[in-house]
Amino acid sequence: MLEVEDLRLSFGGVLAVDGLSFGVGAGEIVSVIGPNGAGKTSAFNCVTGFYKPTAGRIRIDGADVTGRRPSLIASRGVSRTFQNLRVFGEMSVLDNVRAGTHLWLRQRVVDALLHTPRYRRSEREGTEEAHKWLDFVGLRGDRAGLVRNLPYGEQRRVEIARALARRPKLLLLDEPAAGLNHGEKAELLDLIRRIRDLGIAIALIEHDMGLVMEVSDRVVVLNFGREIADGPPEQVRADPAVIEAYLGRDADEAEIEAAREEVGGARGE
Amino acid sequence: MSAGKGATVQDPPVKPVKGRGPTFVTRFLESRHLGWAGLAIGLLAPFVIATPYAMDVMTSAVVFVMLAVGLNIVVGYCGLLDLGYAAFFAVGAYTSGVLSTELKIPLLATVPAVIVVTVLAGVIIGGPTLRLRSDYLAIVTLGFGEIIRITANNLSITGGPSGIYGIPGLFGDATSSQVVFYYAVLLIVAAAVLLAARLGRSRIGRAWRFVREDEDAAEAMGINTYKVKLAAYIAGAIWGGLAGVLFAAQLSAISPASFTFLQSALVLMAVVLGGMGSTPGVVLGAIVISLLPEVLRGLADYRFFAFGVLLIIVMIARPQGLWPHRSRER
Repeated sequence: MLEVEDLRLSFGGVLAVDGLSFGVGAGEIVSVIGPNGAGKTSAFNCVTGFYKPTAGRIRIDGADVTGRRPSLIASRGVSRTFQNLRVFGEMSVLDNVRAGTHLWLRQRVVDALLHTPRYRRSEREGTEEAHKWLDFVGLRGDRAGLVRNLPYGEQRRVEIARALARRPKLLLLDEPAAGLNHGEKAELLDLIRRIRDLGIAIALIEHDMGLVMEVSDRVVVLNFGREIADGPPEQVRADPAVIEAYLGRDADEAEIEAAREEVGGARGE
Repeated sequence: MSAGKGATVQDPPVKPVKGRGPTFVTRFLESRHLGWAGLAIGLLAPFVIATPYAMDVMTSAVVFVMLAVGLNIVVGYCGLLDLGYAAFFAVGAYTSGVLSTELKIPLLATVPAVIVVTVLAGVIIGGPTLRLRSDYLAIVTLGFGEIIRITANNLSITGGPSGIYGIPGLFGDATSSQVVFYYAVLLIVAAAVLLAARLGRSRIGRAWRFVREDEDAAEAMGINTYKVKLAAYIAGAIWGGLAGVLFAAQLSAISPASFTFLQSALVLMAVVLGGMGSTPGVVLGAIVISLLPEVLRGLADYRFFAFGVLLIIVMIARPQGLWPHRSRER
């Protein structure tokens, strides 16, 4: 599905991503974790075309898309959400989700000018699709009104619905749980699983360890732009390099044990 | 409305609006028949007043509506600040003027050529500039607007500073009555307004608004923002160019003095004053901008002073425009 090979990205002299390789298989949930500034979002931005990588290869279904523009990568079946919520604030909730239908909605300019049957059919189809995904993410609130009038948590749902209306094969979620309360996080967990059940592969950046350990098939850990671990959650959780990255080199045994407890405790959630 | 696992397509439930329902006035203002009401006003106006002066002013106002609606595609829908819109107006007017006088054909017969030339102009001006963002784009379009005007001023085929005379009327004879010409212009512009509004409510129209709201998010949804912006620019160019044909037909003479920066600024003002992205707003804005100086004629020398003061007052009182884009779907 997605293969990232030896990805490097430097801003001036700073290496934001330094030789990262990972893959996401069809129907898999892969989490990318790491301390702040580890290069997670930079890596996502390279994958989705917003940054041009300095070196390395990005393949989607075997086709090389390294350095192509974001819209082309989206047309290959990749959809994403943003870390700091990028909804179209001055547009209606429905219109926001309709953005996802842009790539597959069959409607030409002539149809729009003459209001042909094809125009009516495609508009109806787009609206039904928007409602379908808003139902799917469980949006509460007014769909005809402006998206900026919704509470933050609901705006997050709109953003995910918009990404799903793209009908992607791979969905990249950048910190979807940030700013959500406990109940909303539980709903998000359920939502991510339901998305996977649709056959959509998911790459997830997340700081909430409970969520990551609960939902992921595989976890990739980054630190200073380098990959320090890649494996199933139980294995990564026990990895000394990971614990060191989160606590620092000088952590003594007791602290490591405490951290292990904290990370491990997430299992029960 | 549960987050059902099956995600079945349900009939969209119509959510009740909280608080007061829409008043009669709001319902009328958002009604689909509003366009017909506007057209009816235009059709009936000559029955109220039909002096040659009034017909001239009204025809100019209707042509100005077409310009404003065209610029609204670029600025209102797509959010691209274009300070040189008169360039397309000039390209359209000169193309039809030169062709009709050189080849002795009616102005309407020049329309296909005008469309081709304005699309080319849109691609040539938009191609390199639309990679720029906001302020830079504004400056470059300002430059292109001046380049077109100065070119027309210096070429011999465009008649230099004195321009082109003796442009035939729309149907080939310049003597047809003012009222007939007014109605012809009114119907053409009504169609242009309708088509622009339809563009705004389509896949491409939404794409323009997505680009205006957030280019990166639009790209992430698979919208090639460069192509979409160029499409907006070309659509604006066609509307502006066709308005130029009507302008040439009305005056039967054109010169570079008609296509100055002031003209671009006035059209932009109509769009902003009326309400960016709102078709009824922009039509209203264009009518206000073109009729107000005539209404204020009694003030003689103070006319443009009063005009400016009134515009400032409107923008302070209604910064979103006289008739802003409706914010919720019906």
